[in-house]
Amino acid sequence: MTSPPVFSTVLGRDLRLAARRRVDALLPLAFFAVAVSLFPLGVGPEPNTLRQISPGVLWVCALLAAMLSVTQLYANDQADGSLEQMLLAGGSAFSAGIAVALAKAVSHWLVTGLPLVLIAPLFGVMFDLSGRSIAALCASLALGTPILSLLGNVGAALTLGVRNGSVLLILLIVPLCIPALIFGSGAISAVESGSSARGHFSLLGALFIATGLLAPLATAAALRIAIE
Amino acid sequence: MATTRHFFTFASPARFYALAGALIPWFWIAALVLGAAGLWIGFFQAPTDATQGDAYRIIFIHVPAAWMSMVLYLVMAFWAAIGWAFNARLASMVARALAPTGAMFTFCALWSGALWGKPTWGTWWVWDARLTSELILLFLYLGYMALVNAIDDTRRADQAGALLAVIGSVNVPIIYFSVKWWNTLHQGATISATAAPKMVASMLTAMLLMTLACWAYAFAVVFTRTRAIIVEREREAKWLNEGAAA
Repeated sequence: MTSPPVFSTVLGRDLRLAARRRVDALLPLAFFAVAVSLFPLGVGPEPNTLRQISPGVLWVCALLAAMLSVTQLYANDQADGSLEQMLLAGGSAFSAGIAVALAKAVSHWLVTGLPLVLIAPLFGVMFDLSGRSIAALCASLALGTPILSLLGNVGAALTLGVRNGSVLLILLIVPLCIPALIFGSGAISAVESGSSARGHFSLLGALFIATGLLAPLATAAALRIAIE
Repeated sequence: MATTRHFFTFASPARFYALAGALIPWFWIAALVLGAAGLWIGFFQAPTDATQGDAYRIIFIHVPAAWMSMVLYLVMAFWAAIGWAFNARLASMVARALAPTGAMFTFCALWSGALWGKPTWGTWWVWDARLTSELILLFLYLGYMALVNAIDDTRRADQAGALLAVIGSVNVPIIYFSVKWWNTLHQGATISATAAPKMVASMLTAMLLMTLACWAYAFAVVFTRTRAIIVEREREAKWLNEGAAA
């Protein structure tokens, strides 16, 4: 089994690259903050309205931040030829592809998803959510943003080297993210309205497991199609 | 062996081109005759609905279009996957030819649904499970078409499109059920898709005739489009140029 070295090497390399380009890595977070701040300005500062729409707003902005940041995931590596080398490094191209896909998804989540989870409580306070709702917000984002990273990964591999790839990626992948969006924002709304969010969290966890198992396979297949 | 060879004969673009060319007029005739009969029974023979009046008659266009939109997506994903797995050129071409027709039916289902919703529910659009999942289906079709058109290399475009179509078809039931749960949680408008408590025989006949008409139309249009794609991709092929010369 040669995939663990590929996985840890690619993951370590991507994290090191992100650490060296800190501003690039923080851009999705800035996008999230700006996009979320637009809603109170557009909708109006009425606290009850804002509290009601905040789960959806925070989740939609997190989704868009993930989709916008995932587009360049493979582009640079393909341009300088290192992607092909990574795919050739493992036993077979397909198993190496799975390892690369997983490493890219994990690094993308650590660089963009995790900071979002950490900054989300701040926006929860700004939208006047209760303490329990903020906890639900963090939990649902912690479970949901890996799903977005995994699915975005598939889109990034599918649109590798394609004209208007970033716009195309959003058209392709956003419909697939809808279940995560529904259960993620649904969990916060359920807590906010005083009912149990356990069902939402269970389904979100099931979605996470399913995408975790299937998305790397799809990404590896898409990479093989793109590189061939 | 003989039967296998017989079965795959039409997987050759040249054979299929000839067969489709011969069948297309018949599909058009079938579509027109069945459609005219279905519309005549639906609009003039079927009784007026007790609760919805004559507005319900849009069902004869709406329901077949909605059925076709979902079936055609699965058919498209199937042929795209066959084309990808077995490197069958024709299957990929058929998948590509199916997408615009499927998107058209999806749009028709949404549009006729909006026209139906206005007199009966009092609104053009509700974010109800059915409507939302149908809208997502339209996005899946558009995504497939956008992806295959964005990639210049046809082989890569077909394979990438197949992967996307397969992922999308796995997601169709997930989308459907999740939106359904979401809707029940949010206490959306309770809508029954069936117009009448039980369907009169003439209504059912009209609907079946319209469904068959839609199938015939889909075959005619998809075969025509497949022929166009064959001409485009096989323009260097000898059989095509000989045929054109003759």
